[in-house]
Amino acid sequence: MIFSYIFSLIVPISLILLGFIVGRINEAKHFADLQQREDSFKHVVLSDLKAIPEGMCHSQFVSGSVVISIDYYKRIIASIRMFFGGEVASYQSLLSRARREAILRMIDEADDYDSKYIANIRIETSKVFENDKGIGSLEVYAYGTALS
Amino acid sequence: MSNMQISNLENIPGTKIIKHLGMVQGNTVRAKHVGRDILAGLKNIVGGELHAYTELLTESRQQSTDRMIAQATKMGANAVLNVRFSTSSVSAGASEIYVYGTAVVVETV
Repeated sequence: MIFSYIFSLIVPISLILLGFIVGRINEAKHFADLQQREDSFKHVVLSDLKAIPEGMCHSQFVSGSVVISIDYYKRIIASIRMFFGGEVASYQSLLSRARREAILRMIDEADDYDSKYIANIRIETSKVFENDKGIGSLEVYAYGTALS
Repeated sequence: MSNMQISNLENIPGTKIIKHLGMVQGNTVRAKHVGRDILAGLKNIVGGELHAYTELLTESRQQSTDRMIAQATKMGANAVLNVRFSTSSVSAGASEIYVYGTAVVVETV
């Protein structure tokens, strides 16, 4: 009886620990990677304006997308946060990672066309494939027109 | 289909719109399959990108774009302008991707 009680405690705690440790390492790695790739694409001008700068004669539709999941540790932290209210920092970092990744994939595509300017960028965030427990994944889709 | 120009701008640089043909659209609803779901379930513990889902949504976006292009081709257009995308979760495990734009005939100036 006592063993099954301990066991039912061990499972969620080990999941939280696993989510925390692996999630942390992955996040740090991803942020370093994002920074490095953003630096290498510094010459590409991003704009959400519709105006076409002078001298541009070719356009190409470009896009980038990423689907992310929320780790177990972050879900627990967020559910505690929901009780008190306020900023949910754990989700904020996750969303900013996803958004930067999607934008970088879009730039990557534009780079294939030797474009130095992306106009009319739109970024869309949506919840996809939500299951019955309300756990969904988030998709960030960034699109724009690469001009050259 | 390859000569159809797609843009989310209201015009294409170096061209002039000579005819508006009206709105064209394409949509698709895709469900994830069980194999992908099991892997995603594991990924939900540690978090991070779900590559299988990214691929799935990219595929479905391509399909809805193809449907929009097919409709535009039928109308005799050579470009689709002001393209917008929208994604929604229609039911548990299924997502809809909807794409729409304006079919036009453009001419190089």
